[in-house]
Amino acid sequence: MKVRILVRLKPGVLDPQGRAVHHSLDGMGFEGVEDVRIGRMIEMDVADGTSDEALNSMCEKLLANMVIEDFTIEKLETAGAA
Amino acid sequence: MGFRAAVITFPGSNCDRDMACALELVSGTAPIRVWHGDAELPDNLDFIALPGGFSYGDYLRSGAMAANSPVMRSVIDAAQRGVPVLGVCNGFQVLTESGLLPGALMRNASQNFICRTVPLIAENTQSAFTRAYAGKGTVHIPVAHHDGNYFADEETLDRLEGDGRVAFRYAEPCNGSRRDIAGVLSVGGNVLGMMPHPERAVEDAQGGTDGRLLFESAIAALV
Repeated sequence: MKVRILVRLKPGVLDPQGRAVHHSLDGMGFEGVEDVRIGRMIEMDVADGTSDEALNSMCEKLLANMVIEDFTIEKLETAGAA
Repeated sequence: MGFRAAVITFPGSNCDRDMACALELVSGTAPIRVWHGDAELPDNLDFIALPGGFSYGDYLRSGAMAANSPVMRSVIDAAQRGVPVLGVCNGFQVLTESGLLPGALMRNASQNFICRTVPLIAENTQSAFTRAYAGKGTVHIPVAHHDGNYFADEETLDRLEGDGRVAFRYAEPCNGSRRDIAGVLSVGGNVLGMMPHPERAVEDAQGGTDGRLLFESAIAALV
């Protein structure tokens, strides 16, 4: 099973990288950009049947830092289905 | 018996030797060097130091993987028994990632790596790490980091301030840290994490000796 995890900074946590990228986009002349937030995408191949509890635990204990980040887990496909 | 300290080395630590030299210089006893893969710490330690560096190449987040290495379970047990634990720079990041200290260390607000000597104020001079800073006013200790921007929510920050757990504060803005916090103590006061490097300011040849007071405090606290 392929799993895609998106880790994002929580709302209200200042994102210096996003701010710098926003500034660059403005400087390049792109108009209408109102905010930029940068996160992290993690793709994993896990055994079919890996429990939601196990995936949540991986995120909470290592893949995300719950002090500053939130995560979402998306299951993409089972092995061989693609 | 001398001061029985341990310095933990993670893959990518690069201030472990500086830390060991500083501890030996100030205490007169060479610390025990411990590899991160060792599940057990030596018995009867007086002090544990987590050094600066780039453990695991700062992959994922600074300190995240080191916080889950085998030796950290023993470090957490020791901290809960009251053994003094000092984490400097990457060591501070490991302490927040392991949950021994609150908050997180984010990318510097400027996006730049900051490497210079900064003015610091010891806000709490009652702790085992900071007593020798009483009456010293502003001191100067080097920083060298990319991820030193201390973050915690307002409630946590208020609690830290109210409980005297802000050990050090930058005397001028440095890296975007909330409330200019440079070092934080645990509830019991026996765990200190700080971004500045006291081990780089222990003898005149390094340009200053203000870091020496931290090690002197820790050693005096045991007597």
